[in-house]
Amino acid sequence: MQTFSHILKHHYEVDPDRVCLYLLQTNQPDYPITYRSLLRGAAGYAKTFKNAGIMPGEVLVLILQHGIDLFFAYFGAILHGAIPSIMPYLTEKLLPERYRADLASLISITRPSGIVTYKEFEEEVRSALLPEDSVRNLFLSGEIDLPCDPDFESLCGMKRTQDNIVLLQHSSGTTGLQKGVALSHQAVLNQLDTYGKVLGLNEEQDVIVSWLPLYHDMGLIACFILPILLKIPLVLLSPFDWIRAPYRLLQAVSTYKGTLSWLPNFAYNFCALKIRDRNLEGVDLSTWRAIINCSEPMYLKSHMVFFERFKDFGLKYEALATCYAMAENVFAVTQGGIDGPVIVDEIDRESLQLEKVAREPMVGKASIKLLSAGAPIQGVQVKIVDDDGNKLPDRKIGEIALYSNCMLSGYYNRPDITQKAFINGWYKTGDYGYAVQDQIFVTGRKKDLIIVGGKNVYPQDIEQLAMEVPDVHPGRVVVFGVINKELGTEDVVLIAEIRTEDTAERDRISDLIRQTVTRGSAIALRQVVLVGEKWLIKTSSGKIARQANRDKFLNELC
Amino acid sequence: MKVDIEIKLAKYIAIDVLKQPNRMIDPQAALISSGLIDSFSLIDLALYVEDEFGVHIDDSELNASTFDTIDQLSDLIQNRS
Repeated sequence: MQTFSHILKHHYEVDPDRVCLYLLQTNQPDYPITYRSLLRGAAGYAKTFKNAGIMPGEVLVLILQHGIDLFFAYFGAILHGAIPSIMPYLTEKLLPERYRADLASLISITRPSGIVTYKEFEEEVRSALLPEDSVRNLFLSGEIDLPCDPDFESLCGMKRTQDNIVLLQHSSGTTGLQKGVALSHQAVLNQLDTYGKVLGLNEEQDVIVSWLPLYHDMGLIACFILPILLKIPLVLLSPFDWIRAPYRLLQAVSTYKGTLSWLPNFAYNFCALKIRDRNLEGVDLSTWRAIINCSEPMYLKSHMVFFERFKDFGLKYEALATCYAMAENVFAVTQGGIDGPVIVDEIDRESLQLEKVAREPMVGKASIKLLSAGAPIQGVQVKIVDDDGNKLPDRKIGEIALYSNCMLSGYYNRPDITQKAFINGWYKTGDYGYAVQDQIFVTGRKKDLIIVGGKNVYPQDIEQLAMEVPDVHPGRVVVFGVINKELGTEDVVLIAEIRTEDTAERDRISDLIRQTVTRGSAIALRQVVLVGEKWLIKTSSGKIARQANRDKFLNELC
Repeated sequence: MKVDIEIKLAKYIAIDVLKQPNRMIDPQAALISSGLIDSFSLIDLALYVEDEFGVHIDDSELNASTFDTIDQLSDLIQNRS
């Protein structure tokens, strides 16, 4: 029987000196970590957890930055049989009070028994704790048992079974933190097994290069768990460094002969537009065989911009790939562009928008080109359904539903929303799309969720924050996403009804809204639009209609 | 002249970052720590400064402790040009 701990034990015993991870940090030498050092570090954490009385099956929340402590703590929790969950670290922009409130809300639902953080962050975490909550221990990274040889005989992780939950995956923001996706050993290992085969992974040739955050499924599964368990060397940059110096990703691919990366769509535009030639001297991208676009709407234009910018540096067009993924399925649902270029479907625009059908383009009428997300990976079935759950024929737009051997065990401690997510055993994704034979095309979203740079943003969280500004009233503010073609991602737009006509006063209010939202969510508003009273459209029940207001904004204010 | 640098920076931020062309920005107003400029736009600002003023800002300097206001950024540009 295989669990995470059994696989780690195998690598530790068979190939201890193999480097599993190269950590790249600005102004520091690259730091290679072998399986021996990873497992020894993790064993120190496991010992600390055990001595503190943490029980297998209990949740441990990790509040650590990208780095060795996070890696050790994560696998230490697993070796001990506890369930790790990574919470994003506080950034300088986020208001500590807001962070505390989010943490308290995570704790109240997930009920972790311990939290791991740094000494300098201890006070912050303590202030979010309540005497009656579940947290019994606060572990500080500087006070953990020293790395030691793991004694697998006594490690509680070795006694976990395949259907036990191995990890929790949260998305960000107040709403996301209240919804932890619980995944079993079996589910994750099924995913890695089939996904590894689809990608044709080869431990002697492949190298994964990533800058993605580990609290996101794409970063955690594809660019952390998968490489470490499947023995594919991983080169890891921090998202903080990458956003300021995107060229580091390409330099790392060149230096380490990287073969695979996963990127949200905006990163293609970002890299293409913001990297100067002087940062590309000597860079060779010819080893890159799969650059996988995933986690937000994908655009052919983004692929083209990226390819044109870097083709002179050895980039192959066939390397551009696509994937449709979600934490609820561990990660990948479909994968495209591995054995040949990504399939592009040109369809009539009007039929898509008005009739919800993906028809062939018609002469003289506008068409759009969509990137296929590929075919479902083995073990995953996908169907397109109508509102009643009936399967729709090819090319009809409906909700994407899936059934697989790697589904979530449930939303942790949330049987209410777990039940709602399924229909006859099929998971309803909330995404719209259509099928053409085995190829899946994603066309939109049922829910109001906004995805910015691959990160989920719940508009209700942002609206709630804006209402903290004294001049912004409940029911008079709306938030939605608008695609920004230049950036290849969505812009977050906020519209608020404000009484005053005074320009200076309006500037002050709009600044205050931006500030309050950024400090409360770490999300930057791309546009704040102040309108007069009665501008916003409401539903018959008096609620703000996000979609209708988005359409009105696009028609009247753009 | 520092004031010319300040005017150019304020104009760039209002038009290209905030999409509010008529916006006035106080040279003393916090830009990064307040969230007015998000991390996506930081590199744009650095590239703009390089193209417009010929001054290089290293990526490790793109944070509020190097500069947070137009006033501070103008000083940095003047000192380096």
